[in-house]
Amino acid sequence: MNALINELGVIIYATLLYTPPLLFAALGSCFSEVSGVVNIGMEGMMSAGAFAGCVVAFYTKNPWIGFLCGGLAGALFGMLHALATVRLGADQTISGTAINFLAPGIAIMTAKALFNSTDTRPLEPGSKIPLLFKGTFDTSTVFGTFLKNVFTNYATTYLVFLAVLLVWFIFYKTRFGLRMRACGEHPQACETLGINVLRIRFFCVTVSGFFAGLGGACMTMAITNQFRPISIVGQGFIAIAAVIFGKFRPQGAMLGCLLFGFCTGLKVVLGNSNVVSAQLISMIPYVVTVIVLILFVGKSHVPAANGKPFVKSK
Amino acid sequence: MDNKRTLLDVIADSKFIHTILSIIIGFIVGAIFLVVMGISVTDAYGTLLKSVFSSTKNISYCIVYGTPYIVVGLSVAFSFRTGVFNIGAEGQFVMGSMAACVVGILFGSLPSIILIPLCFLAAAAAGALWGVIVGFLKNKWGINEVLSMIMFNWTAFYLSNYIADFPAIHNEGSAEATRNVSEHARTLLPAGLIEKFNLCPTANWGILVAILLTIVIYFIIEKTTLGYELKAVGFNKSAAEYGGISVNRSILTALAISGALAGLGGSLQLLGMGGRISIFTSQEGFGFAGIVVALIGVSNPFGVLIAGLFYGALTYSGGKLNLVKAPTQVVDIIVGTVVFFIAISSIFGAVRYLKKSPQKGGR
Repeated sequence: MNALINELGVIIYATLLYTPPLLFAALGSCFSEVSGVVNIGMEGMMSAGAFAGCVVAFYTKNPWIGFLCGGLAGALFGMLHALATVRLGADQTISGTAINFLAPGIAIMTAKALFNSTDTRPLEPGSKIPLLFKGTFDTSTVFGTFLKNVFTNYATTYLVFLAVLLVWFIFYKTRFGLRMRACGEHPQACETLGINVLRIRFFCVTVSGFFAGLGGACMTMAITNQFRPISIVGQGFIAIAAVIFGKFRPQGAMLGCLLFGFCTGLKVVLGNSNVVSAQLISMIPYVVTVIVLILFVGKSHVPAANGKPFVKSK
Repeated sequence: MDNKRTLLDVIADSKFIHTILSIIIGFIVGAIFLVVMGISVTDAYGTLLKSVFSSTKNISYCIVYGTPYIVVGLSVAFSFRTGVFNIGAEGQFVMGSMAACVVGILFGSLPSIILIPLCFLAAAAAGALWGVIVGFLKNKWGINEVLSMIMFNWTAFYLSNYIADFPAIHNEGSAEATRNVSEHARTLLPAGLIEKFNLCPTANWGILVAILLTIVIYFIIEKTTLGYELKAVGFNKSAAEYGGISVNRSILTALAISGALAGLGGSLQLLGMGGRISIFTSQEGFGFAGIVVALIGVSNPFGVLIAGLFYGALTYSGGKLNLVKAPTQVVDIIVGTVVFFIAISSIFGAVRYLKKSPQKGGR
């Protein structure tokens, strides 16, 4: 029984450890997709954030400046995507694909210039995202250990759930949120009501890059402690998948990311047991997602104008 | 109204010229990054050129590298033309190369003339299956295809790693890979030919298959009823349905063909170059390369053929950049920039306004 509680605690810990990078990015993706712009460049924007966050934290020795810079680096590529898709009428898939090549290329090249290696140097403990509630719990009891496992996690884990609340509030309780969602459903109608569709979309795509950058920074500044070319492998796409899974709602995307985080956690815990092939366990999140979709979620309502460039009427 | 087209009009309208301009800009941006890093541009680009054109060996390497890219590019281009975005080519590629590998090992005693087609068939079937399941999920339960393709890419990746570990096909040595496929399954050119023309050791006739597939796909898209129907669905689903075309079936057909192509790409890579499947820690990215190739080739089969060779040459020669201490990632920056400018190629259309003559009519 005690062992079971312990295992459970570890799985919850791992879930909460692996969810934030995906969830930050997924929140960003919500902004972009809901305003009507497909952002397949999340992966690249995450890489940019993963790299910039780590490097800035390495030099300034301040994790929060690093974390913020990670977001800004993502936002920069978000802006590039916005410029192409919103202002210059580019195909959204093509521009996103371009960013997935550009951003990691620039990140790794800069790493080589700075550190003479494709990896950045590991962060010192003080430059990492801090662990919260370290030593708060009495680990001599089973229950205490459980609480420690559940609550002693990186600050970004707490931050990301606050961010979900914030994004939910913006989406459903503010005028801007309403306008933004309207832009994704019927931009022409918005335009006739005097809403500046292009400006809102530009802003939303930039914000999506910012959040993707934060997600990337979580990965390298909390989980792995250094940037490597394989730091971001597919998380951006998983984030997009989580958003579609969550029917383009921040709270739904959160559930999607938690599912992935949970499966990743399960993989980490079961992976040590050697009972089942690690490869099969690794497959779980992807298969489970599809099954959950079939059984419980079903058809996802894509914002009606999603993916279609909006041309301002003259 | 005079219809005389000036040079500027031609530049403004031609997709081909937009692509060429994008490629030039890509290399310029790459050069800027090299200069910032303090690396000689002439050294770096000289190395790129030299490692493509300096010998028949290098040229053959570029073709060998380019072959799978062409076929995956065709897969993605076909999907673009038929209105499905096959972001799942990666997974279909992996399934194809795995199927070819398993057949190539287990039926290794069969003669080449039977074994190689069998490998191709297995690869095409595996890729097509991986594509069709996605279409089925979409038709039956309305599952978003982009989502399921992303899931299927990773499932294929881990499945391949899992199967590669099976005792029946796993390497006896310490290598984390399968055994090599039987010599009968390899598509390599005869050793005498390779020696005579000083080609690379993995020179193979896969490129002929790629060219053949290019022609077949061109024919399907442009000259057949099937192609017409698929394009119609891609263009406007409602109109196609109204015109009596079954949209659901068209999506399945398009994904089957696209998946089969990606799977074939996997088998061409395996039978030509690798010879075995390694257990990887991350995806190899053939599917995403295919997207790039399709975009550079403006989704035209013959454009894709050239774009695939271009991409193959760039990846092969990019690997040689280490020789002059230039980072290979400059290739990614070049490719990214090229694709980005292809995305915003409408800006090239603006050159028509550089004309001196006054504009006719209002806009």
